[in-house]
Amino acid sequence: MSDLDAFRAEIRAWLEENCPAEMREPARDEDDVCWGGRNFKFKNEAQKLWMERCAAKGYTVPEWPKPYGGAGLDPAQAKVWREEMNRIGARPPLSSFGIWMLGPALLKFGTEEQKVHYLNQIARGEIRWCQGYSEPGSGSDLVSLQTFGEDKGDHWVVNGSKIWTSYANKADWIFCLVRTDKANKYQGISFLLFDMTSPGVSTKPILLISGNSPFCETFFDNVTVPKHQIVGELNRGWDVAKYLLGHEREMISGAGGNDRLNTIGAFAKRNGLEDPILRAELAMFDVDALAFTAMGEKFLDEIKVGKAHPAQPNMMKYAGTEINKRRHELLMAAGGSAALEWESESSNGGSKARNWLRTKANSIEGGTSEVMLNVISKRILDLPGA
Amino acid sequence: MPLYHTEDQAMLADTARQFMADEGNIAKQLRHYRDINCKDGFGHGLWKQFAELGFTGILVAEADGGLGMGHVEAGIVLEEVGRNLTPSPFLTSSVMAATALGQASDELKGRYLPGLLAGDSVFAVAIDEGPKHRPERIACRAERAGNGFRLSGAKSFVVQGGSADMLVVAARTAGSDEDDAGITLFAVPKDAAGLSLENARLVDSSQAAHVKLDGVQLDADAVIGEVDGGRDVLNRVIRAGRVGAAAESVGVAQGSFDMTTTYLKQRKQFGKLIGEFQALQHRAAHLYSELEIARATVIKAQQLLDTGSEKADLMVSVAKAKAGKAAGLAVKEGVQMHGGIGMTDEYDIGLYMKRDRALAEFMGDLYYHADRVAKLSGY
Ligand SMILES: Cc1cc2nc3c(=O)[nH]c(=O)nc-3n(C[C@H](O)[C@H](O)[C@H](O)COP(=O)(O)OP(=O)(O)OC[C@H]3O[C@@H](n4cnc5c(N)ncnc54)[C@H](O)[C@@H]3O)c2cc1C
Ligand SMILES: Cc1cc2nc3c(=O)[nH]c(=O)nc-3n(C[C@H](O)[C@H](O)[C@H](O)COP(=O)(O)OP(=O)(O)OC[C@H]3O[C@@H](n4cnc5c(N)ncnc54)[C@H](O)[C@@H]3O)c2cc1C
Repeated sequence: MSDLDAFRAEIRAWLEENCPAEMREPARDEDDVCWGGRNFKFKNEAQKLWMERCAAKGYTVPEWPKPYGGAGLDPAQAKVWREEMNRIGARPPLSSFGIWMLGPALLKFGTEEQKVHYLNQIARGEIRWCQGYSEPGSGSDLVSLQTFGEDKGDHWVVNGSKIWTSYANKADWIFCLVRTDKANKYQGISFLLFDMTSPGVSTKPILLISGNSPFCETFFDNVTVPKHQIVGELNRGWDVAKYLLGHEREMISGAGGNDRLNTIGAFAKRNGLEDPILRAELAMFDVDALAFTAMGEKFLDEIKVGKAHPAQPNMMKYAGTEINKRRHELLMAAGGSAALEWESESSNGGSKARNWLRTKANSIEGGTSEVMLNVISKRILDLPGA
Repeated sequence: MPLYHTEDQAMLADTARQFMADEGNIAKQLRHYRDINCKDGFGHGLWKQFAELGFTGILVAEADGGLGMGHVEAGIVLEEVGRNLTPSPFLTSSVMAATALGQASDELKGRYLPGLLAGDSVFAVAIDEGPKHRPERIACRAERAGNGFRLSGAKSFVVQGGSADMLVVAARTAGSDEDDAGITLFAVPKDAAGLSLENARLVDSSQAAHVKLDGVQLDADAVIGEVDGGRDVLNRVIRAGRVGAAAESVGVAQGSFDMTTTYLKQRKQFGKLIGEFQALQHRAAHLYSELEIARATVIKAQQLLDTGSEKADLMVSVAKAKAGKAAGLAVKEGVQMHGGIGMTDEYDIGLYMKRDRALAEFMGDLYYHADRVAKLSGY
């Protein structure tokens, strides 16, 4: 038996013993996800157990080094972990912006103290993070952001506002892009971390078309941020921001998902599939979904060993979100009128319709599809003037 | 196993890329043999060179004198074949027929493999009996006669059939036309009495034959594998052909895409390079994405086949469907983005469009394979 086979056997046995039955199916919606954080309330005992058991072994962030709360798995082992999780349909024990976005950025740009401090908190689900990038006047053109941090010697005083800040009202801390030099567009932004309970921070939830309110307007009124809470160098926050966006896009793309969840034809058939044209559409979709699953696997294999084009997460985000939107369009069609239920017991609070509407944001959040295509044109295809 | 090439495979890819660009390029091969109206549609000299590099024996076991490699390696060669639109009997001979012969008796192997390995022989595979790929239905009959079999029926669009020294023929020895069981594969030499061929040149200048089997008498030793139990071998041959065609499609798509993005950086209109127009940039970027995804499906399918996974069959259909879809888009966008010159025979982009159309049909098109994916998924 090779080392990897032995490792697989070990993981399989561990999962068999430690993953509660309730956690062996996907989260129903965002509300059913384990986000962690100071104020997080576990949905049930299984969710709590699953997170705690994984955190104890470093499996909430299997690839992070052990001193930072991870399990220190190498790319091949991490792939085995994903495959074994997918095999039993296990959901991630903990999901958070800390894991997907801030963590990778800290691993690359953080000081040793920052890594030990913040990464361990993230890995154990203690602190929940939100992302303060977009502003009312700065969406796709993010670099035009105006939120300003005034230098006060040992700290900055931050003023301005952010928008579309997901879970700002539930998060404990924020990673935030703040202008620290008004004269310099790209090299005048710093990447700051601060507590959402700091005096001067306030949030106002925004209601979405899905009827849910997962994001906010976020206001900063003379917020004090100590100087050691900067990641990377002063005025070089754009480098950190872009690096983080690569990871955000990788996450939103859905790479690493499993075939069973990605395809929908067999699922749709349970409600009866009498329309041959719909069946054909589902089949065409499933071809694309299975193809994208392979792409996700290839992308992860390559990016972990530096073989992927550095701009490839943009392609993944574009392709993955467009396919996810198509998936939910077809699920609505296959569900018929039952998928329209908005408030009812049987529809689990209208989850089909709400999820469908939620997916429309996939090709907007983290950079729109059009912006992804621009980036591919410029950085990968090297087209003129892009 | 990670979904990228090992170091050895990357080296093979370098060799294949260089060789095909130098020797298998459009001017030297496709246009040359097309313009002289060659009845084979390919050059035997190049086929000999394939053999010298070991390509012809990639899928032949080491014990039988080949390289004993897998579908990933065969696909590496096919991608370069696709990129250069290189006409060659590689897919039918070294991929499909070689897969069949791998299951044959030592006697048959000894008769046919040396010629293949040396680049002296060309083989074809005769399965389909109509204009669409439909291997589930086989009406061509083989009845016991003397110490062997007598074959009667017809096969259509047998690629390279007219140039082949031997045809692998799927015939029915039991059951009715649509039955899964009751199939037997035969190695039929080109000079067998009762075998007649009518050559057709296709849109991409490749050659396919309509084959008539009019009481072709064969000895029992012409049987490949088991009598009545040929479906299993046939399925292997078909899977090899499908994943091979998918790899070739990726090459066609890449070749067409590269030509097109190069053109976008050269052609000026409205005082600008046309590649500056976002309308074209976004379509090119979308195409890039589709092409990358197609490439991933192909290597996934190749690896699953090589490791004998039970998921291979599904993924092979996904790969054939997706690669065909991506290549179809690549050639259509390619011609469109070239404007008027894309319509000229002088310019190569149209040749990509023609080859893609033929490859799309070969071993089942997008619709066939999407339907298969649905059936294999239980709906
Ligand atoms: C559900 C959701 C959650 C989010 N969470 C967060 C969060 O937690 N933190 C955060 O900071 N932000 C968050 N965002 C904001 C998100 O990053 C922005 O919405 C996104 O970057 C687009 O900016 P915008 O909304 O201002 O649209 P705009 O930039 O105004 O775009 C409008 C339209 O114009 C197109 N467009 C813009 N520029 C170009 C161009 N150059 N070429 C072609 N087309 C172009 C866009 O593609 C889009 O279709 C979230 C958004 C959503 C929907
Ligand atoms: C079969 C055929 C018959 C023809 N017959 C005649 C005839 O009888 N008389 C005659 O005068 N002409 C004729 N034409 C020429 C025809 O009108 C031109 O081919 C056409 O106007 C396109 O110009 P082009 O070929 O130079 O392509 P280009 O203008 O170079 O275009 C190349 C690509 O760039 C795109 N593109 C160009 N500008 C932009 C932009 N601003 N934004 C976005 N995309 C852009 C185009 O859509 C195209 O995809 C014929 C062409 C063909 C193919």
